[in-house]
Amino acid sequence: MAGLRARVYVTPKRGILDPQGKAVQQGLHALGFPEVGDVRVGKYVEMRLKDVSREAATERVRAMCDRLLANKVIEDYRVEVDEETR
Amino acid sequence: MRWGVVVFPGSNDDRDNLRVAERILGDEAVALWHKDRDLRACDAVVLPGGFSYGDYLRCGAIARLSPIMDAVAEHARGGGVVIGICNGFQILCEAGLLPGALLANRSLKFVCEITNVRVETTDTAFTYGCRAGELLSVPIKHGEGCYVADETTLAEIEDQGLVVFRYADRSGRVTPEANPNGSLNNIAGVCNAGRNVVGMMPHPEHAAERLLGGDDGLKLFRSVQAWVGRDSRSPRREPTVVPGP
Repeated sequence: MAGLRARVYVTPKRGILDPQGKAVQQGLHALGFPEVGDVRVGKYVEMRLKDVSREAATERVRAMCDRLLANKVIEDYRVEVDEETR
Repeated sequence: MRWGVVVFPGSNDDRDNLRVAERILGDEAVALWHKDRDLRACDAVVLPGGFSYGDYLRCGAIARLSPIMDAVAEHARGGGVVIGICNGFQILCEAGLLPGALLANRSLKFVCEITNVRVETTDTAFTYGCRAGELLSVPIKHGEGCYVADETTLAEIEDQGLVVFRYADRSGRVTPEANPNGSLNNIAGVCNAGRNVVGMMPHPEHAAERLLGGDDGLKLFRSVQAWVGRDSRSPRREPTVVPGP
């Protein structure tokens, strides 16, 4: 079975204050990028998976997000799983 | 009574809490290693401040997976006293033992200062000996102390009187200026529905001796003594045998 790679994007929930995003937005404005609107700063987690089908992997990674990688009180997440390219 | 203070890798206020329990209150106190699975018959457990696991992923997210946390959760479920201070509060939220979460301070700056907190309820293990509305002068020192919860949860917390402390000014008014980190409703500490689990960002263990600037924090530790001693609400456990090293 080919190796899989999962990508997890964790971002502050809509409506939750994101002071980091705000600071980055102000920084970009100061650097001459006035087109920048709302900025949300999150986390990116990449992992290799073995011995699991692609379908099952997505479910497994979502469970990992629910239990550890994201705190659902304050964060949303998005999961992508694809064949690992070497 | 007997206190247990959990030591995680990166805890740094464990000694201060042990000192309060042992040297100032004259109680028994033991340090509990995070890899222990037994609370060694402690009546109250303190999760101290610090930077457990380097605050990796999210503050408290890794610490709550420590072996000892199963025993802490079981103690809490049985009505036993669990106190989380600063990083300990973050751990209790991550473990789901307290509602809500703690985010980076709205200012994005680490804050280190003396704050006034107003006691919002005396029906908790940590405020049992206080007066409602009493103002306590207690220091804070944190980068991630902005308390948040979703709207529904926040309404429940307020309705059920689970807010234990709010940041206030010197005359006890809860104002935006008195809010050091952007916490919703100026919340500095909350408890669970059973009122035996309490978390707060300020550090009462750093305000337990006049010589060090004030002893308002001592009232909270004495509250635990009163709470544990009052009746059978907090179950006393039979001492269990601790396996040798």
